[in-house]
Amino acid sequence: MLERGEVIGHTAAMLELSDLSLSVSIQGKRVDAVSAVSLCLQPGRVLGLVGESGCGKSLTAQAILRLGEHQGVAKSSGDIRLDGNSLFAMSNEQLRKVRGGHIAMIFQEPMTALNPVFSIGSQVVEVIRLHLDLTKQQARQRAIDLLQNVGMQDAEQVLKQYPDALSGGMRQRVLIAMAMAADPDYIIADEPTTALDVSVQKRIIALLLDLQKKRNLGLLLVTHDFGLVAEMCDDVAVMYAGQIVESGTVSEIFDHPAHPYTRALMGCRPEVSLPGKPLPVISGQVPPPGRWPAGCHFAKRCPLATDECNNPVAADVWSRANHVTRCLHVGEPC
Amino acid sequence: MSVLRVEQLNKTFAAGGMFKAIGKAKRAVIDTSFDLQAGETLAIVGESGSGKSTTARLAMQLLAPDSGQIYWAGENVTHLRGAELRRRRSHIQMVFQDPYASLNPRMKIWQSVAEGLRVHRPDMTNIQRRDKVAATLALCGLDDSGMDRYPHQFSGGQRQRIGIARALIVEPKVLVLDEPVSALDVSVQAQILNLLKEIQLNTNLAYLFISHDLSVVRHIADRVSVMFAGQVVEQGKVADIFGHCAHPYTRALLDARPITHPDERNRGDVVMVIGEGMSDTGCAYQPRCAFKQDSCAAFDGKLNSQGCACLYPLSGRS
Ligand SMILES: Nc1ncnc2c1ncn2[C@@H]1O[C@H](COP(=O)(O)OP(=O)(O)OP(=O)(O)O)[C@@H](O)[C@H]1O
Ligand SMILES: Nc1ncnc2c1ncn2[C@@H]1O[C@H](COP(=O)(O)OP(=O)(O)OP(=O)(O)O)[C@@H](O)[C@H]1O
Ligand SMILES: [Mg+2]
Ligand SMILES: [Mg+2]
Repeated sequence: MLERGEVIGHTAAMLELSDLSLSVSIQGKRVDAVSAVSLCLQPGRVLGLVGESGCGKSLTAQAILRLGEHQGVAKSSGDIRLDGNSLFAMSNEQLRKVRGGHIAMIFQEPMTALNPVFSIGSQVVEVIRLHLDLTKQQARQRAIDLLQNVGMQDAEQVLKQYPDALSGGMRQRVLIAMAMAADPDYIIADEPTTALDVSVQKRIIALLLDLQKKRNLGLLLVTHDFGLVAEMCDDVAVMYAGQIVESGTVSEIFDHPAHPYTRALMGCRPEVSLPGKPLPVISGQVPPPGRWPAGCHFAKRCPLATDECNNPVAADVWSRANHVTRCLHVGEPC
Repeated sequence: MSVLRVEQLNKTFAAGGMFKAIGKAKRAVIDTSFDLQAGETLAIVGESGSGKSTTARLAMQLLAPDSGQIYWAGENVTHLRGAELRRRRSHIQMVFQDPYASLNPRMKIWQSVAEGLRVHRPDMTNIQRRDKVAATLALCGLDDSGMDRYPHQFSGGQRQRIGIARALIVEPKVLVLDEPVSALDVSVQAQILNLLKEIQLNTNLAYLFISHDLSVVRHIADRVSVMFAGQVVEQGKVADIFGHCAHPYTRALLDARPITHPDERNRGDVVMVIGEGMSDTGCAYQPRCAFKQDSCAAFDGKLNSQGCACLYPLSGRS
């Protein structure tokens, strides 16, 4: 994982969020919901963005395609750069090329992302022709190839069907195929398997990983599921109340979680709990935007909090190779 | 003491909607039996559409079975209707997956929680009801400061506590929980699971716990019934199911569990799912089963004495 700052001025292939803050409007007031987030997505690597509900994961993910702006989400500071070029400096035309062409998105709910009144074929072909200069016939052939690449053997049949007729797993395959339509370099996947049955989840994960490896994709995986992180990610960023509180390689985070929030979140999973014992819990709730404390956002729920924690804590107050943590009490027993 | 027993339940749904003309009737639950003791947790697991919720609705008499018997605390209630049934409903109550959808957004919390008392305790005064609500909320880890607020003012986890309080207020002996923690964060899930355990310890309540999350099931349940295509294909104690299951479908479900640490990648799982779908005749699992033999086409689907419905159970289970 690259250190922050190391890349400034270079145009190495990467998708970089630097000190990105996003504001939303709550009861008529603009407040930050994402605060100074820095993340780096590189070709060939999978980055997991984890945290509890309401921490700002989806806002961050959607900002990468500058989605959400029509729902009142606005950048308050920072930047997002694709191979060195700011997405905020791009024309609409350039942005359209980036969306789908360089960066594609896969959402959680495979039903709402497909239009029920059009056939699968017409929707896949439309996406292909939006990005590639192909005839209808060529686009159709590409659609068949894409569907076969995501494991749908009877692709021709699927093209004729309507979303209703497909199972959740099949729909998610179609959406993955659509995301791959213009050979993107990066994929942003927001909870791609959460709405699926367990037995189907595993296959979709295998498919995503297979595509990611074969095409050297950079994948941002938004999830609240540490199992999925263990399964898929090279790097992990843990988000809490709008901030990245810890990031590092997957083995660092699993073997040496340093932030009390990460430790607590990993500890309350039933699969790692002691049989017959109550599960460890984190008391309290994630503070919503506008109600963040001035200091460490987690302090109120933290067993290690001291007076010092009421002052702002730098994102990299503790770091070592492949691992950065926003905590003054790293290493203390919880 | 048996608090809930069902015997040979069957339920078929007629084809409906836009597929009426071409559709087949759906056999949602087939020859399903189980027995639940006071203080015990029985989990029902299985993929989407396998019949878990339908089984629960049959057991609760929210849906009439085509055939089979239902006993609440030893009493056969299969043919009870109307007031006779209503009077006994406090015996078995339900908690839903989605705490948002199950609470009336325009009712104050205390009114939502008190609803069951109107039917089951008409003798109580308003003041007695409010006291009872406060006591039940306290049992669920909520203080009485929220009684006059509305559902949207609570977090998902708090709403699920309210949902549990709402079911508990009529002092049932059985709680049916249909995916009660699936919509919650792990941190909140842990709180709710602890709460359920604590309540059970204090009240000897029995749980029928529906979940697709096997880690949760392993943590909370005493016994497990695995459903596939409307049938129980394996049932047993948690330790036996997780330690050495016998049915290939159970094995496949266990193999599909998420790993817990990156070191477990490529753990060399035997991926034993070979196809999709299910068979209408013989063993329903045939199209996906790597161990299928010719004789499976004529299998009657009955559980053997070890609680496994398979002609060629996996070795390791005696
Ligand atoms: N358009 C918006 N206007 C106002 N507030 C918003 C908007 N979008 C999100 N929020 C708020 O910002 C916070 C972060 O939301 P976000 O959807 O990014 O969370 P998340 O981490 O993706 O959670 P989940 O795991 O539930 O999907 C939440 O408190 C949410 O209510
Ligand atoms: N009221 C109904 N009318 C018609 N078919 C129904 C009805 N209720 C359930 N079914 C069908 O019966 C089968 C079993 O459904 P059920 O809801 O019991 O499954 P489940 O195991 O609870 O699934 P899930 O995990 O998705 O909740 C499904 O095929 C479903 O489509
Ligand atoms: Mg989200
Ligand atoms: Mg169900």
